[in-house]
Amino acid sequence: MNSFPLISFLTILPALGTVFLWSRGRHMSAHGVQRTGYLFSGLSFLVVAILGLQFDTSSGELQAVERYDWIPTLGVEYAVGIDGLSLLMIGLTALLVPMSLRAADPTCARPHHFVALVLLLQTGLIGTFTTLNFFHWFLFWEISLIPAFFLIWTWGGPNRRSAALQFFVYTFVGSIGLLLAFLGLFAATGTFDFATLAEQARDGSLMSSLASNLAWADIPIRWIGLILFALAFLGVAVKVPLYPFHTWLPTTYSEAPTAVTILLTGLMSKMGVYALLRLIVPIFRDQMLLVATPLLFLAVLTIVLSAFAAYRQEDLKRVFAYSSINHLGYCFLGVFALVSGSAFDSSWNAEAAAAVNGVVLQMFNHGIVAGFIFYLVGRLEQRSQGVRGINDFGGLRERAPQFATALGVALFASLGLPGLNAFIGEFLIFKGAFALVKWAPAIATLGLLITAVFLLGVIQKVLTGPLNPKWQDFPDLNSGERSIVAPCLVIMLLVGLFPQLLIRFFNASTLRYLAQLGGLE
Amino acid sequence: MDQILQLLWLVPVLPLIASVILVSRPGWSRRRAHSVAIGALGFSGIISLLAFMKTLGADPATTAREVVTVTWFQMGVAPLQIGWVLDPLTAVMLTMVTFVGTLIFIFSTGYMASDERYRLFFAYLSLFAAAMLGMIISNSLLLLFICWELVGVASYLLIGFWAHKPSAAAAAKKAFITTRIGDIGFFIGMLWLASSSGSLLFFDNGSGCLEENALGLLGSQVTILGLALSTAISLLILWGAMGKSGQFPLHVWLPDAMEGPTPVSALIHAATMVAAGVFLMARLYPLMAAGATGTDDAFPVTGALIATTFVGSITALLGALIAVAQTDIKRILAYSTVSQLGYMMMGLGTGGPAVAMFHLITHAFFKALLFLGAGSVIHGCHDVQDIRRMGGLKGAMPVTFATYAIGMLALAGFPLLFAGFWSKDAILHSTHTWSVSHLPYWIGLIGAFLTAFYMTRQMFYVFFGGNRLNESEAESHPVPPPHESPAVMTWPLIILAAGAVLLGFIGTPAFPWFQGYIDRAPSTLSLSALFESGTLSVMILSSLVGLGGIGLAYLFYRPIAFRPNQQVDPLQRRLPRFFDLATHRFWIDELYDKTIVAAVGALALVSDLIDRKIVHRIVECVRRAVQGIAWVTRFTDEHLVNGAFDRSCDGFRWGARQGARLQSGQTQRYLKIVGSSLVGLVLVLIWISRS
Repeated sequence: MNSFPLISFLTILPALGTVFLWSRGRHMSAHGVQRTGYLFSGLSFLVVAILGLQFDTSSGELQAVERYDWIPTLGVEYAVGIDGLSLLMIGLTALLVPMSLRAADPTCARPHHFVALVLLLQTGLIGTFTTLNFFHWFLFWEISLIPAFFLIWTWGGPNRRSAALQFFVYTFVGSIGLLLAFLGLFAATGTFDFATLAEQARDGSLMSSLASNLAWADIPIRWIGLILFALAFLGVAVKVPLYPFHTWLPTTYSEAPTAVTILLTGLMSKMGVYALLRLIVPIFRDQMLLVATPLLFLAVLTIVLSAFAAYRQEDLKRVFAYSSINHLGYCFLGVFALVSGSAFDSSWNAEAAAAVNGVVLQMFNHGIVAGFIFYLVGRLEQRSQGVRGINDFGGLRERAPQFATALGVALFASLGLPGLNAFIGEFLIFKGAFALVKWAPAIATLGLLITAVFLLGVIQKVLTGPLNPKWQDFPDLNSGERSIVAPCLVIMLLVGLFPQLLIRFFNASTLRYLAQLGGLE
Repeated sequence: MDQILQLLWLVPVLPLIASVILVSRPGWSRRRAHSVAIGALGFSGIISLLAFMKTLGADPATTAREVVTVTWFQMGVAPLQIGWVLDPLTAVMLTMVTFVGTLIFIFSTGYMASDERYRLFFAYLSLFAAAMLGMIISNSLLLLFICWELVGVASYLLIGFWAHKPSAAAAAKKAFITTRIGDIGFFIGMLWLASSSGSLLFFDNGSGCLEENALGLLGSQVTILGLALSTAISLLILWGAMGKSGQFPLHVWLPDAMEGPTPVSALIHAATMVAAGVFLMARLYPLMAAGATGTDDAFPVTGALIATTFVGSITALLGALIAVAQTDIKRILAYSTVSQLGYMMMGLGTGGPAVAMFHLITHAFFKALLFLGAGSVIHGCHDVQDIRRMGGLKGAMPVTFATYAIGMLALAGFPLLFAGFWSKDAILHSTHTWSVSHLPYWIGLIGAFLTAFYMTRQMFYVFFGGNRLNESEAESHPVPPPHESPAVMTWPLIILAAGAVLLGFIGTPAFPWFQGYIDRAPSTLSLSALFESGTLSVMILSSLVGLGGIGLAYLFYRPIAFRPNQQVDPLQRRLPRFFDLATHRFWIDELYDKTIVAAVGALALVSDLIDRKIVHRIVECVRRAVQGIAWVTRFTDEHLVNGAFDRSCDGFRWGARQGARLQSGQTQRYLKIVGSSLVGLVLVLIWISRS
């Protein structure tokens, strides 16, 4: 086993940047602050790359594990480790944080605080994606919330204060649900360890400990299980989000500065899906099975209604905010279909593998595509002095062909064009989900259609048509912007054509995950 | 020769590489750009031709179908496999697409010569060709779907090539979305096929989804509405094919696609995109026919095939009716394409893939010829597209006229000499022998009559009489007189015209070589087959109908040809109601606007309102409730809890202050207290002892 605690180092690294900037940043130029940001996020990228190189793709087990006793009396230990899913998520973090820094406005007030908060957020994200014990997992989960709040509160749009508060209160309520649920589990079992809890859930001892330790009054044990599930699920449902817990999202995304929107859509929403896969499904699988149909219904509702709602929006950021809800709805669809299928069916394993692999790919792909789209919208906004209505532009293709190509490719990726990355994830989700439960994916395809309608609407109104004379001097991409655009386009194409590049990292983990979930060793 | 099979992937990849090169080398000269594009497609064409020769020489019993399977990615425990297949269907389609495609590319060098984004145009054309060729060779429904979608996006780019025109931008979007409505059906069908047959490979040594094992299973299972599983899946995939191939009710995008440059129209409407749906149906024919009832019939009859036939029939008639009253030279051809695609679907449903493919191939030639001819006309008339403003081009554009006439006679089904006659005859023949209904046969005859009529009408308007280019008052500055197009545009026309004549002879009833080739059965020359009952009568009837259509149009439009002033269309004078309906395309677009588009808008409004009014309101209520609780808590805190606390504190403080006064350190006060206390104590004691 690797002796150097790489993961802990990776987690601490951006926070060191935060401390450095907080103490020294006041005396630095805006340029120097940015470079410090790139330095720390670049170093994190290197560490992730080392982790990736050391990662044994043939094994689905947790790797680079670090485990120390922390508070033995409470059964709390410091435990971190990565499997394919975690690796992919920290990889995504390492890619998107530099993009976010790049999208940040260097002329904003107190840039060193801005960059420091972004780096702190990165620590929270990496911690969330690598921690194996609820105790400090929750710590990181909350740590990421605080910088996001202040970033929106301080540097957001005109309604930033109310948006930041709404965002904070919403997600915090969800977090409290999650916390209560896990305190309940802890009271019953005496452990915070994800693997142990999942193990107990599988062999049935979790329910019996709940029955003996948490039996309040006359509430049947089944209901206690469901209540705990509902509390825990609330945290995820708000974070991702799922209808009807989503109304904070459009406002927050549109009010947040673009750099933060990239992090919100690309990474913080993934925290929710990650928690769903890592915490909720393994521990609450039986409860989810009981309510699988309503859950599937909500997923379909999320997919379809958000697509329709996006069609109505006139603010580009709100369009893509709803589009984000829509795309993450497919993750819900895949996961809910997974739990609603019968694990004893012989074909379950193959179909569930498709669904889970699809969900994981979709997380990565949506992170890249949505982050990239918001980056480009940010560039648009910067050129137009804050104007970003869908009807305020027109014919930009003539003045800025490179910009138009980049945005066009990103939008086609977003609508699931084969050959670009997002298609593979969506196809696998639908393939797996359809085999497990027919009606929900069949209705959800309506979302695929409406997505095409509104995304092509954006192209038609913003990029093509006659040139709006207001943007006669609209500049094309400069070399700094191309340094973000080119890698994004390359990733989107490469993953779209050779998905094996990514799948090889997590396929084994998926199989192990399913084996543990289905109890088929 | 086995290398051909192994190298078949190059056929789509070469144009793809050309496309990538052209996009990434914006500085290249025009000459270099089109050389790369044409060279790549030409090389693909050579490989296709070699592949075609290979299938010709193959022994039908053993080696007529060969596949190569590769792993795309490892997912779960099983690899996801894709691959390509070489069989007669692939080979003939490849040859046709590369051949016609190359001619269209060459034509484009002339047609687009003055366009600023010349290189980009060839990049898009190459991408389109690559996607189409990829679709043809794929041996996996997934790969086919991927290429199918890429065909869609390439056509989106090409139709919207002049997207600074709002109409072009709108048409491109309409094309993509209408076909995507179909694609959703295709997508669900594909998922269903994958989950129930376990494979997306068509042919895979017995375990593919189009082979005996899977088909037997699919044909025997019954699913929703009592349909066989194979029928349900087939219907979903048919829906996809209807989108791509412009079948009613998804045909509305196709005429609007005329906003693209004319070579694009030729590529989309003749050789490739619209043929994709028919090709898909031909490829999946075993699935369509699975679980057929009444196996003693020559051609299987299933729910899916019946649906295909009737969809085709309706489309064939509808397209022809609308074409009769159009005035834009390209729109007439577009509706004619809609109609002819209907014939192909009819042929597929009643006579199998060979019949449909035969018409597809001949149609590709004469329709490409007609579109390129129309392009030449438009080019020569300086971008005028209204046939009422043309006229008399026979003298000015002799080559275009001659080749266009050949294309027109082929499409109109002029007997014996032209390819269109033979392929249409094959379809009519198979509808004639269809066991379910004779309705498609009669519809086919009516359609043939209308086709001959509207093509003759167009000929008279465009090529005969005097030139009317400068008669319209609307034009302030005169349009220069029409001129013949350059050789680079006329030579492709001549080659296509040759094809439009000669190709018919590979599939006559006397020598049905093509049918035998596709169905992999040997065919022999037998003139006597011409005179079998049924065959001859259908032939004679369809000849009469075609000639009748031409004759009637001659009677109607011959006068106008020599009376150059603008006037009411003769048909409009005789059938004003019908003409109005057909001019407005039976109001189908408007109907969709009022229903489907409006419904989507309404649903979007509702979703937005649900968000803003209902969910947000509920959240607000919760917030208010929480705030209310907070207020109550604050109130109780401040007034009850804090109040009580404060008051007790006050009391305590008062007591303390009083107590403090006791310890002031002044002896007089102590003495006063002691004295008064003593007096008090004495009084108390007296009061107590008294009782």
